[in-house]
Amino acid sequence: MELDQDQLRERSRPGRPPAQRTIYAEDASGIIDINELKERELGSTMTLSMGPQHPSTHGVLRLELELDGEIVISTKPDIGYLHTGMEKLMEAKKYQSNICITDRMDYLNPMGNNLGYVLAVEKLLQLEIPPRAQCIRVLMCELQRIASHLVWIGTHALDVGAMSVFFYAFDEREKILNMFEDVCGGRMTPSYFRVGGMFQDLPAGFDAKVNRFLSEFPSALEAFDTLLTGNRIFRGRLQGVGVLSAEDAISWGITGPSLRGSGVEHDLRRAEPYSGYENYDFDIPTFPEGDVWARYQVRRQEFRESLKIVRQCIEKMPTGPIKADNDKVVLPDRDDMKTHMDALIHHFLIAADGFKVPEGEVYVAIEGSKGELGYYIISDGSERPFRCHVRGPSFVNLSALPDMVKGSLIADVVAVIGSIDIVLGEIDR
Amino acid sequence: MAKAPSAEDIAALGERFSEAIRGTREALGEVSAYVDPAFILEVCTFLRDDPRFQFNLLSDLTGVDLGLDQEPRFEVIYHLYSLPLGHRLRLKAQLPSEEPTIDSVTSIWKTANWHERETFDMFGIVFEGHPDLRRILTPDEFQWHPLRKDFPVRGYDDF
Repeated sequence: MELDQDQLRERSRPGRPPAQRTIYAEDASGIIDINELKERELGSTMTLSMGPQHPSTHGVLRLELELDGEIVISTKPDIGYLHTGMEKLMEAKKYQSNICITDRMDYLNPMGNNLGYVLAVEKLLQLEIPPRAQCIRVLMCELQRIASHLVWIGTHALDVGAMSVFFYAFDEREKILNMFEDVCGGRMTPSYFRVGGMFQDLPAGFDAKVNRFLSEFPSALEAFDTLLTGNRIFRGRLQGVGVLSAEDAISWGITGPSLRGSGVEHDLRRAEPYSGYENYDFDIPTFPEGDVWARYQVRRQEFRESLKIVRQCIEKMPTGPIKADNDKVVLPDRDDMKTHMDALIHHFLIAADGFKVPEGEVYVAIEGSKGELGYYIISDGSERPFRCHVRGPSFVNLSALPDMVKGSLIADVVAVIGSIDIVLGEIDR
Repeated sequence: MAKAPSAEDIAALGERFSEAIRGTREALGEVSAYVDPAFILEVCTFLRDDPRFQFNLLSDLTGVDLGLDQEPRFEVIYHLYSLPLGHRLRLKAQLPSEEPTIDSVTSIWKTANWHERETFDMFGIVFEGHPDLRRILTPDEFQWHPLRKDFPVRGYDDF
């Protein structure tokens, strides 16, 4: 059966609202409406293993898809290929050594992971963080959010067939990683944060580099808009796909840009401000449609909001120390160690024995680039955590995937995976 | 910073479930409530639906092994968050070392599905009524529960 003219026009029209979207499938009798197909008794289905080496699964994720033709009947995500027992390892290592483990969880958002972890330990220790360190932390996290979203926009576009965006996005990300390298020597795994402050101060001339990035990056955003936002094919692939209602999103525990793409205005930077986020002026972009396009729009806007925060950080960067005033926890400056005996002793004790953290338990959540990133730490009063659990946003957001792709086309599965922005390092830990 | 429900609401919760709530503790601005495992579904349903609490988001669910010499040995930890009211509450259910079992809360929050699978995988805690309680991170043929305190950090060679 051929599609008639009206149907063809309907299919090619951009900007269809999700409710009116009709998905066509082909079976023995010709092209039919998918809703019709769902009501019919299903014949034999096919099980397809997608991944773990499939490029569109963003790492080593395997999906067991049950298909009827091209229609997804059910999805079973299979994870754990990257499981390295990080939570177990953290129980065996001292508090300060665990910072570099957090880098390796969500390796696209290491600064955010560092921050969540050190905030939790600092809460147990009741440390006061100087304003300059807080501002540097916010600056780093927002640059990291931009870098993380750049990987998302590049890979998401690549998944649905727009290849060139990937190169522009990684070009911009390179500039941010170069800045991280200037600051602490690390690019992918910076470990720049320390319990009580930062590892070292910003290098001379860092402002100028950030300012140059601030002036150049908006033109890259315009390029993304030209290549993607205004692209009819891209919109057609995204609109009305993977719809998740606000109610379902909350029940699935979805947070971050994916929740805001379902119309819930929730951002932990605003709801539970940490590290001085209450002093910055930014908006929380929210789109109500709940489809892949809405999630794309949210992150697209978040680039601009993060830029706003970065600009404010550079403008009002306070002067002063970058470490808390606590000799038992914070490593002394190198210069002090060469001139003061007590500084040398403290350095030796912290490096060799670690520091003891008072007994207690905390759950600290921050707004990572992918959603609520929570650290639950139990201390038994020793220098190693008794238990450290990480609530990774990717883990939770991926668990909703089977619901989001049920009844859609197999090609839409890749679009939906791209839109929830997962990192397998954090899912498997 | 995170805020907790008001002291009156916590007291009211204790009165409403005088049998189920074994005590509450506040430390560092976070409130923990110890819940009898037999009443976990009832308490969670109440906390989600009651207008004073409205805990519609289950932030996190995990387990703790308190140590081999402890009885009860295991704890299941629920971190609840309320989107409309913006407060947090931690629930703790203590389970014995032999056959730790508790009701699944997947019927209340769908997100509990994978969290409970992970807790089962890591601690061997069984969630009754869970739709699909399989190992999630370790391979299916794995025999141990790695986050238990008696499992060595280096693992076992014969796997």
